[in-house]
Amino acid sequence: MSLWNRHKVFEKNSIILIVGILVVIAIGGLVEITPLFYLKSTIEVVDGVRPYTPLELAGRNIYVREGCYLCHSQMIRPLRDEVERYGHYSLAAESMYDHPFQWGSKRTGPDLARVGGKYSDDWHVTHLINPRSIVPQSVMPGYPSLAKTELDPSDIVAHLRTSRAVGVPYTEDQIANAVADLKAQTDPDNPGSDAFQKRYPKALVRNFDGKAGNPTELDALIAYLQMLGTLVDFKLYNEKANLR
Amino acid sequence: MTMGEAGLASGLAVFAFVSLLGAAMGHDTAFSFHAALACVASLVSVVVIGNRYLDRPAELPPAEIGGRPNYNLGPIKFASAMAMFWGIAGFTVGLIIATQLAWPVLNLDLPWTTFGRLRPLHTSAVIFAFGGNVLIATSFYVVQKTCRTRLAGDLAPWFVVVGYNFFILIAGTGYLLGVTQSKEYAEPEWYADLWLTIVWVTYLLVFLMTLVKRKEPHIFVANWFYLAFILTIAVLHLGNNPALPVSFLGSKSYIAWGGVQDAMFQWWYGHNAVGFFLTAGFLAIMYYFIPKRAERPVYSYRLSIIHFWALIFLYIWAGPHHLHYTALPDWAQTLGMTFSIMLWMPSWGGMINGLMTLSGAWDKLRTDPVLRMMVVSVAFYGMSTFEGPMMSIKVVNSLSHYTDWTIGHVHSGALGWVGFVSFGALYCLVPWLWNRQLYSLKLVNWHFWISTIGIVLYISAMWVSGILQGLMWRAYTSLGFLEYSFIESVEAMHPFYIIRAAGGALFLVGALIMAFNLWMTVNAGQASETEGAGALQPAE
Repeated sequence: MSLWNRHKVFEKNSIILIVGILVVIAIGGLVEITPLFYLKSTIEVVDGVRPYTPLELAGRNIYVREGCYLCHSQMIRPLRDEVERYGHYSLAAESMYDHPFQWGSKRTGPDLARVGGKYSDDWHVTHLINPRSIVPQSVMPGYPSLAKTELDPSDIVAHLRTSRAVGVPYTEDQIANAVADLKAQTDPDNPGSDAFQKRYPKALVRNFDGKAGNPTELDALIAYLQMLGTLVDFKLYNEKANLR
Repeated sequence: MTMGEAGLASGLAVFAFVSLLGAAMGHDTAFSFHAALACVASLVSVVVIGNRYLDRPAELPPAEIGGRPNYNLGPIKFASAMAMFWGIAGFTVGLIIATQLAWPVLNLDLPWTTFGRLRPLHTSAVIFAFGGNVLIATSFYVVQKTCRTRLAGDLAPWFVVVGYNFFILIAGTGYLLGVTQSKEYAEPEWYADLWLTIVWVTYLLVFLMTLVKRKEPHIFVANWFYLAFILTIAVLHLGNNPALPVSFLGSKSYIAWGGVQDAMFQWWYGHNAVGFFLTAGFLAIMYYFIPKRAERPVYSYRLSIIHFWALIFLYIWAGPHHLHYTALPDWAQTLGMTFSIMLWMPSWGGMINGLMTLSGAWDKLRTDPVLRMMVVSVAFYGMSTFEGPMMSIKVVNSLSHYTDWTIGHVHSGALGWVGFVSFGALYCLVPWLWNRQLYSLKLVNWHFWISTIGIVLYISAMWVSGILQGLMWRAYTSLGFLEYSFIESVEAMHPFYIIRAAGGALFLVGALIMAFNLWMTVNAGQASETEGAGALQPAE
């Protein structure tokens, strides 16, 4: 019986056909995905990466909501021009607490993986409200409503708790103080800001949108943008130890 | 009343009540709005099921009439009409976002109208709403015809087509309200994903059960591709989307996967949405509609066997080529690149099988613009499946990734291959379903040429802008400094974005001509003498 005749078993039996398909399509995915969960070299060992502060997480959710990832990548490739333009190439460790990841696939605008600290808060406020007032050739939409919308702090505890359930190592302390931390980060005079900075080392505490009152969506988004790519100190990062 | 009618009606009634509670207690307006939509839709469905029961004869429609299968065409008609509707909606939104990139003031700076919210609306409307309805319609048609049996289930096929379109409605309105999990081509949030899972499993069961009760000994090759498409999309959907909602009364969720694993899952899903939704499914259309229209057998049966197994085995590996030079480990990138290059072979095997089916019937291209549309779609398939493997080579990718070249590549596949083969299939299907002759072949000819010019403008503009962008980013001066700031590359794109929008506008005009033509076919067309063999007239 030739091989072609043997194929008839698939052509004449729908259940065997569907099982055959399932086996054939399973192999590639299993081989490529499962090792990423157990090979230790997948995620580099680094110092400094921590979960997002409540305000940064809220800002990140606004970044997701507005589809920023559709035009801005957060993944610097190890190519000479990219490293010179944007900074050290991105490490897997830098996005290990990102649910979902925001690496992006298109640069209609520049990469944002290390945009933190590159511009002032004022620059971001002006730019997010009307990009062309500061970069005339820009094709980015303006987001004036962010400045006018106050953050709703009521469910931030649930956000941290859900993040922890999917693998982000928030502590009990961080979850319990989430609402207070959300406010403390935009207010340097807040008595809770010292405790906040202990919970989130290197977190920036300032009034990001420059306006008095409760934190706005603009505060949150700028807090997120200003910390992007700043957690790992590349003067101390040991590249050789993480060769893979 | 049948078990199905009673079960579905009472299930939907319970669902309506649960949705009402969800609408009243929802934590955010988007969730409440969607729950209210679900409540209304369920109640309407209960009423429709009740009316159907009261109106229908005591017996359900027989599986056979006079020894010939009594095909179930109602759900197919519905899905075909929805495909045309969503196609025009999706092309229109595409045109809007293309003009936004050329003239950013068109974003209007309102939360609901910015590029970031409209872009998922465009991609989902064209891929899942237009493409999905075409696939459901054609698969339900082809599986019945080639198995010579009535579609399995009584209400189940209706549940699939209506439920699927309800998913589209939830997903689309969600994007405008900012409900997204930000996974490209899998943006809908957890509750929409759950609903889609129910609909999709029903789709798989209807298709499989129809295969099981077939009257033909062999399963026709198109059905292999449909089955692989339906099954694999189910696997991909479940693998990419597990998420934990912040509240079961709110829209926001956090995805189970993080960082590099999430990236790998996403592009395993994303590339195989291309491979199985936009390729395997539409190859099934090619394998049925081109032989049928050309009145020739498939060129090589053995080639189709090799084509099928090689394609579905190799495609699933190709995802990591979306992550070249990223923080994904190198071994995975290399695997992805290797399999992407190998994928060129089965892709072209399939193209050859489709094109050579016209052996002895090439003259029909002169007289039949519908067949011409489908043959050109296969040519576009060949072109983009050469371009894809080339772009997956790491050195090429280092230039093309993140640029408009990718957008151009996607659209040569989407407009040229998926669009044209769908148009061709609908031009065949609508006359067959309504038993009419196609209203005007001359208009098909106009559609063909206007859209072809549109595609050429679109993809050549994106080739130039993409490669220009990539070269500007890596250009150095003689002193060793980066030559261009990023914004200079943005500025350089402007003329190409205008040309691209013009190309998209032509494509939309072509689709509007098609909608008119199909409308007239259904409402004013002449009855055809024999089903499936409309007499062909010269187009000139």
